[in-house]
Amino acid sequence: MQTYDLEANGLRGLNSTLQEQNGGTNKTAWEIVNAKGSHAIAVGLNSPIEVTVKGSTGYYCAGMNQQATVKVEGSVGPGVAENMMSGTVIVEGDASQYAGATGHGGLLVIKGNASSRCGISMKGIDIVVHGNIGHMCAFMAQAGNLVVLGDAGDALGDSCYEARFFVRGSVKSLGADCIEKEMRPEHIAILKDLLARAGADAKPEEFKRYGSARQLYNFDVDNAQAY
Amino acid sequence: MCGIVGLFLKDKSLEPKLGDMLTDMLITMTDRGPDSAGIAIYGSEADGRTKLTVQSDAPEDAFDGLDGALAEALSTDVSIRVIDTHAVLDVPAGKAEEARSALAELRPGLRVMSAGDTIEIYKEVGLPEKVAERFDVRGMGGSHGIGHTRMATESAVTTEGAHPFSTGSDQCLVHNGSLSNHNSLRRKLRRDGVRIESQNDTEVGAAYLTWKMQNGATLGEALEGTLEDLDGFFNFVVGTKDGFGVVRDPIACKPAVMAETDQYVAFGSEYRALVNLPGIEDARVWEPEPATVYFWNH
Repeated sequence: MQTYDLEANGLRGLNSTLQEQNGGTNKTAWEIVNAKGSHAIAVGLNSPIEVTVKGSTGYYCAGMNQQATVKVEGSVGPGVAENMMSGTVIVEGDASQYAGATGHGGLLVIKGNASSRCGISMKGIDIVVHGNIGHMCAFMAQAGNLVVLGDAGDALGDSCYEARFFVRGSVKSLGADCIEKEMRPEHIAILKDLLARAGADAKPEEFKRYGSARQLYNFDVDNAQAY
Repeated sequence: MCGIVGLFLKDKSLEPKLGDMLTDMLITMTDRGPDSAGIAIYGSEADGRTKLTVQSDAPEDAFDGLDGALAEALSTDVSIRVIDTHAVLDVPAGKAEEARSALAELRPGLRVMSAGDTIEIYKEVGLPEKVAERFDVRGMGGSHGIGHTRMATESAVTTEGAHPFSTGSDQCLVHNGSLSNHNSLRRKLRRDGVRIESQNDTEVGAAYLTWKMQNGATLGEALEGTLEDLDGFFNFVVGTKDGFGVVRDPIACKPAVMAETDQYVAFGSEYRALVNLPGIEDARVWEPEPATVYFWNH
């Protein structure tokens, strides 16, 4: 285990050190101490290393992640795992706005609650939130899965495309063109796998599925009020 | 962007350290707002006295002999405490409005930053660290305080455009965001006799709250009213003589994080601002909900 003191050695040093660990490094486990809400911790990683952040982080933690597993033992600020391509990001606490925004792949697990705009414009990422999510989550979501064990806020899935949303609790309101959909066996299978990978103690049958009604894919003046 | 910090103390033993804690929080928020900085601090109260905090761009001329001149104009005793470009005038309670009018005659260039039993406001352009140093904010004690670092989006980078804004006795407001209907609202409020001095959108928000409360609303109701009557983005943090409130607009795209322990309630635009507070590791930390009013009283 390599330990990096962020306060003593700085952010640029941290990210360049972690980004250098590609191709056969034997320094595969890292621990970052004194995070103190700093921004852009462990961004742009592209190797299968394991990074543990002790404490809470600020903006954009683990952004643009590929391959790495980043675990935050605290809460995260806005934009955690933004534009993630692959790998895993686990947040023990809560997440602020736009967690996992524009993510193309990988798995983002939030053990606490996520606030507004979680999974906004998601493009293939899988997000599992153990608690609740706020308003405007998965706005314009295009692909991937958003799983919520708690409740969802206003306007879930507004103007979404092919992404799937599974919510166990209540949904305050659905966004434009987002509807409840039938839970078929293939969806149960997807959800079962995601819940297992996220360490979530919940049964797939307890969830409802939501997704696009596909009415807004092409502009139609009759739908003008819905845009 | 702008950065907001706020600290409302429940534990009296922390009161001497209020300025010190607020200064650290303020400096941490420098990169959200390097244009200007300000704090409102709720300090000690003297029975039957009101404090007027005034500011001048030429403090030596403006403050020299001001206590005597004002005492003569009001036919009462007045004391003055000068701190850099600001001065706190101490006048008998009930004489605040009269003192304002007299000040406008005596020193036309003077700006009144705040008036009230306990509030003092210090704000200037420049880096938060420098501003805090100029006024020795670290040395200030009090029961609660609010600070702001400004990245100007509405109105000029001037002392006048810096936060906090105070438009009523012991009231103040800081804001992160931008209001889009401030011009029309300013005209309406001015027609109703509300004093608004700058072109800044936030001052309109502060004046709106004062106006609502003058018309019988509680602070909570006035804050609820912002959700109906103000258009735009806002995180508001307000102070009153014995209270501390927070409200975010329904879209809530401006960042906010709060922490509460047995000793204090704290607000920061980012968690970073809170990391040095005592016991933060065990505090209840949460993001305030959109369109929801939060308020604490002593």
